[in-house]
Amino acid sequence: MSLDWQVVERYFPFLVGGAWLTLRLTVVTTALGTIIGLFAAIARLSRFKIFSWPAAAYVDFFRGTPLLAQIMLIHFGLPQLFGYKPNMVVDAIAALSINCGAYVTEIFRAGIQSIERGQTEAALSLGMTPAQAMRYVILPQAFRRVLPPLGNEFIAMLKDSSMVSIISMEELLFRGMISAGRSFRPFPIWITVSLLYLAMTLPFTRLVSWMEIKLKREHRPEGR
Amino acid sequence: MNGPMLVVKDLHKYFGRLEVLKGVSFEVARQEVVVIIGPSGGGKSTLLRCINRLEEPTSGQVYIDGQCITERHAPVCQIRRQVGMVFQLFNLFPHLTALENVTLAPMKVLGMPRGEAEELGRQLLAKVGLAAKVNNLPAQLSGGQQQRVAIARALAMRPKLMLFDEPTSALDPEMIGEVLAVMKDLAREGMTMLVVSHEMGFAREVADRIMFLEHGVILEEGPPEQVFGSPRHERTRSFLSKVL
Repeated sequence: MSLDWQVVERYFPFLVGGAWLTLRLTVVTTALGTIIGLFAAIARLSRFKIFSWPAAAYVDFFRGTPLLAQIMLIHFGLPQLFGYKPNMVVDAIAALSINCGAYVTEIFRAGIQSIERGQTEAALSLGMTPAQAMRYVILPQAFRRVLPPLGNEFIAMLKDSSMVSIISMEELLFRGMISAGRSFRPFPIWITVSLLYLAMTLPFTRLVSWMEIKLKREHRPEGR
Repeated sequence: MNGPMLVVKDLHKYFGRLEVLKGVSFEVARQEVVVIIGPSGGGKSTLLRCINRLEEPTSGQVYIDGQCITERHAPVCQIRRQVGMVFQLFNLFPHLTALENVTLAPMKVLGMPRGEAEELGRQLLAKVGLAAKVNNLPAQLSGGQQQRVAIARALAMRPKLMLFDEPTSALDPEMIGEVLAVMKDLAREGMTMLVVSHEMGFAREVADRIMFLEHGVILEEGPPEQVFGSPRHERTRSFLSKVL
């Protein structure tokens, strides 16, 4: 049977449109996830249990359950519980952001904990409050150290965003299913979908490797 | 106020079941330079760190210029501004230049405008002999230079009291002198200083008083001539015979 590559030409604009939504979803959800993760990490490291305990529960729940189940829970479960009409876009963004935030929490937590105790002590000895020490001394250093793992998480999110196809978000994977179904040519369509994903992740992967090399260089003291 | 700059009363510190400080009491007068000597593990660093409450004392009181810092609701951050601290491993902020290391606290803690803070920073870095290094990152400076930046950073808060925790122990021998020179200048200008150090030459020359701390107890204290010349305590004598 012929693979009929002409279907690719026909469906390409449609698939690129899906890729564009995938990209936008990824940017928005990783941005939100980073903000959630930053605050959750600070809460997680608090010595007060009212902050650290909910943050730990949040991380455990969203890292310990499938993203697909979380999407279903948010899109179908919560509206039933609270009696409101579900919104596909809002729920997709919420599920992906909250899931991403749980992973980012652990990345930031590790980054913050990797900063030597002496840095906090020096900041406190100058009269800074613990919050000022965090803001001006710890976080700027931690942020640099977590850039590579954060980049990897973004790449993972780009791929995981395909899960929201389950609630009919018309991103790349969903449009792949439509195209394959309509054309009856699954191979050309799915290889195109895969290559479109690769085209989006590859520049990111390269960027992360470049950052890793650069950071390693910065940590090597010069002239000693 | 004309009372002592620092009063330490019956300070105890436990780490788990290990008693590191066993009731330490002393005072430091205004403009006095006190050097604490003693074997490693004797509690010198812990004592210093209890004074600005980086370490929580188990019991006892610390008064800085009459203000109690060890009370439950003491304004710890405000009192710490008045106490500069220099660490064995410098603890400079590696993401900031020398100048930014010095200006950060005045700007963020005291709300000093950037221009004013930078002027103060340049002045202090010049004072410690680093006018040419203002824009260098810590990683681009030698150990001795880093420690001098750390001293400038502490001085930027205009402290009333300076604590030095083995400031030269992590330095190569040829860099120790430049740091001690800066500390001597400070002492000469009338800064109140409490120094933990193994530099006996510095102690002899600069200190008004030497305290010998071992096993969490001040075994002996007095002017340097007396402690170094005719130590009263057997333990002091044996310690000094090893380090001098």
